[in-house]
Amino acid sequence: MSDWEVVIGMEVHAQPRTRSKMFCGCAVAPLNSPPNTHVCEICLGLPGVLPVINKAAVEACLKTALALSCEIPLHTKFDRKNYMYPDLPKGYQISQYDLPMSIDGFIEIEGRKVRIRRVHLEEDTGKLIHAGDKLHKAWESFVDLNRAGVPLMEIVSEPDLRSADEARDYAMALRTLLRTIGASEAEMEKGQLRAEPNISVRRAGTKELGVKTELKNINSFRALHRAIEYEVKRQIGVLESGGSVKQETRGWSEAEQRTFPQRSKEGAEDYRYFPEPDLPPLQLDRAWIEELRKSLPELPGARRARLVEQYALPPADAVLIASERQYADLFEAAVKKGAPAKATANWIIGEPSAREISPVYLAELVKLVSDGKINRDQGREVLAETLSSGKAPHVIVSVRGVAQESDSGTLEAIVREVISTNAQAVSDYQAGKKQALGALMADLKKKAPQANPKLANELLQKLLSAG
Amino acid sequence: MRRPPSMDSSGCRRSRKRHNRVDPTRLTIGEVQQLLRDGETSAQELLSLHLDRIGSADEDVKAFLRLTEPLAAEQARAADKAIKAGKAGPLTGIPMAVKDVLCVRGVETTAGSQILRGFKPPYTGTAVQRLFDAGVVMLGVTNCDEFAMGSSTENSSYFPTRNPWNLDRVPGGSSGGSAASVAAGEAMFALGSDTGGSIRQPAALCGVVGMKPTYGRVSRYGLIAFASSLDQIGPFTRSVEDCALVLETMAGHDPLDSTCADRPNDVRKGLDDGVAKMRLGVPREYFGVEGMEHGVKTAIEKALLVLQSAGAELVDVSLPHTDYGLAAYYIIAPAECSSNLARFDGVKYGMSEQDAQNITDAYMRTRRLGFGPEVRRRVMLGTYALSSGYYDAYYLKAQKVRTLIKRDFDEAFRQCDAIVSATSPTVAFPLGSRTQDPLSMYLCDVLTLGGNLAGLPGVSVPCGMSAGLPVGLQVLAPQWREDIALRVARAYEVASGMRVEAALV
Repeated sequence: MSDWEVVIGMEVHAQPRTRSKMFCGCAVAPLNSPPNTHVCEICLGLPGVLPVINKAAVEACLKTALALSCEIPLHTKFDRKNYMYPDLPKGYQISQYDLPMSIDGFIEIEGRKVRIRRVHLEEDTGKLIHAGDKLHKAWESFVDLNRAGVPLMEIVSEPDLRSADEARDYAMALRTLLRTIGASEAEMEKGQLRAEPNISVRRAGTKELGVKTELKNINSFRALHRAIEYEVKRQIGVLESGGSVKQETRGWSEAEQRTFPQRSKEGAEDYRYFPEPDLPPLQLDRAWIEELRKSLPELPGARRARLVEQYALPPADAVLIASERQYADLFEAAVKKGAPAKATANWIIGEPSAREISPVYLAELVKLVSDGKINRDQGREVLAETLSSGKAPHVIVSVRGVAQESDSGTLEAIVREVISTNAQAVSDYQAGKKQALGALMADLKKKAPQANPKLANELLQKLLSAG
Repeated sequence: MRRPPSMDSSGCRRSRKRHNRVDPTRLTIGEVQQLLRDGETSAQELLSLHLDRIGSADEDVKAFLRLTEPLAAEQARAADKAIKAGKAGPLTGIPMAVKDVLCVRGVETTAGSQILRGFKPPYTGTAVQRLFDAGVVMLGVTNCDEFAMGSSTENSSYFPTRNPWNLDRVPGGSSGGSAASVAAGEAMFALGSDTGGSIRQPAALCGVVGMKPTYGRVSRYGLIAFASSLDQIGPFTRSVEDCALVLETMAGHDPLDSTCADRPNDVRKGLDDGVAKMRLGVPREYFGVEGMEHGVKTAIEKALLVLQSAGAELVDVSLPHTDYGLAAYYIIAPAECSSNLARFDGVKYGMSEQDAQNITDAYMRTRRLGFGPEVRRRVMLGTYALSSGYYDAYYLKAQKVRTLIKRDFDEAFRQCDAIVSATSPTVAFPLGSRTQDPLSMYLCDVLTLGGNLAGLPGVSVPCGMSAGLPVGLQVLAPQWREDIALRVARAYEVASGMRVEAALV
């Protein structure tokens, strides 16, 4: 298998964060809305209607393009992609063909550049619901046009990815980027982000691309990874047994964990693209683009590097913290309030609920633990109470008295009490059974939960050996 | 019929209104508006007079597909109220006919096609809505060639409309029903759509005024699209003044149509200023087109002399790419129509063939039954022209020709203020005489489609008769200069002393 090289290009569809659809005033339907409740004469494609471009969608697309270092031509236009299907009310999809909104960008994944061919805008189709699971066995089919006309950005990469890992990392990096700049919620489970890998394999060292297949129906990053691994193995299997890969679109079956043929591309459908006559070409305003460029927040890659540099975070921590703008903002704000950086990062990475509280509270909590006032377990309890009651961690600690006891005089009294009431364990320990120390510590925690465990442990060992 | 107006000693043609109980179905909007204001008639009376007229004439003419009497009655009542309250505008209470391609909420709108039979739009298009807001009364829906594809209204899937001047002749098309309704006195004005000449040519053949505005002057929202880059909505009227008034009411920016321009609504500017010192371009290519009838040519030459004696200077101009216009048009229009008509698939509205093996079969059955032969021909032509491998040779080439034709006009307008020619090379031809020969039908638009390809405003005004049938004079003006086209047409109307009266009297 090692003499095969995997070549992957990705088509990612991301739904820009807009209130309304791409070409009409309909609200974008929340997931699981009743069918055909977010439709009007325009997105239904009734006779006589015309599209009007949603400026917010254009803005999201341009911001995405800028964040991906794309070139934005002054002149762009929409085109019609013609094909008939019941989920496509006009019989054509308004998309962009030869003059997309942006071209030639890149994104860095693990220090490697993945080139972006283009980012363009288009509209989503509706959805078919078949009575009976399979299309060819359905006795009735229904059309839901809630999603028809929802804006989509199509982000197309060059075939620069070389493994399932890279493809997944690429998709995740795009998601982070889109969320950071606020261009899309990019929730894969909600259909706001759809990844369609184009996969081929070739003998290592050769330059010519192999025949590719395109995978669809991928609903999670995990599925993306598995689908690619499966498809790569399948293609190599076909080639090594002397066969040839058929150019086609294949679906991923989550249930069966395999890909299956969906549509052959041999008699490739002719979409008869031509310029959308209902929309004049767009002349983008340079000043507007510059304004958008300036409004972009620090991008995930730059922030990751800065987190390592400025806070001495381990790179692995920086990746996780920078993966969501909200985490990184929280981290930096808490550190600014005096919380130690590494410990703050640990809390944000390790405790999902720590991401829900304010930076001030998080800073307090981290300091309470790192100063030894409370232990980590107690910290979790305080965190839970902060979340449920909204009280500041230091208030909770002072009221509940869970502040850690570190005074050596008080601790010694507690330790002596433990020794005197656990004669058996003490003698076991002194007879060399070191694990008896665990039982003594357990009793100590029960008797005095506020005791600083580290100091108490040291004191216990000292007093026992002093015997 | 058509004759010089009765004139009083001062030569004022408006003297007619002094006659007692004139038939309003023979008057212009301006004249009737005065009667309404003077209380000599009411909107409801006007409505019933027009319904009577439709009742007596439309059995022969067959201009209407359906009447919208309840809507009309309601609008007429509201109009009378407004008139009483002194809130009447220049179109309040005026009866209008609407081509079957303009969506009106709750009114069956079918584009002359079986595929949309029973379709009642849930919304009203912008142009019609603006007229409703101005107080007009909608009489009904007029016949047209299916999806506005044709030049004789014989491609209607319902029945052909007849020319009120001679019932054996076609009214022209595609807006033949609208033109005939105005010519027959069944409506005071009507709306049509013009993609290659579909307003101007039937206006010429029926002896009424008809105008295609500059592309982008009137919102297309609510117009069932044939060829989106060429379609415009426009009026049919019995005078140039009325034409300007209706156009002004419909025109102007619409946030629902991105191709509709936000420009000053100045179409009536200088309407009565005459043509003195104006340079009128006479394109030599437009006089030598295939099939130009001698009688038409003679009538146009006379009309040019009238304009000249009114002070205009006639200038010889050239539109060298005229010969390629028809070919380019018959690539671009079918290409756009093949896409625009894809939505008629039997899934959402209109005709739907249920007895099918699968979805492709359902599409084919619905569209084979729902579309007539001319529509199917153009969908196929357009599909072919856009197919990969042919796109460059056809669609792209046609767009280049379109650019050249625009340049021809730009060049010509450097030497003149407006271009004058015949609207149609022929007068109304006999029913059935061209239906077997699509190419001869396509030639009907040879003088008008250049205006669509270049997006120019053009008006056709009646300019006499040939063999007992009306001839139309076409005035084309630069983009956004409807004012010039209308001013020239108005000057001709005044100088010739001709007025439109109802045919079939």
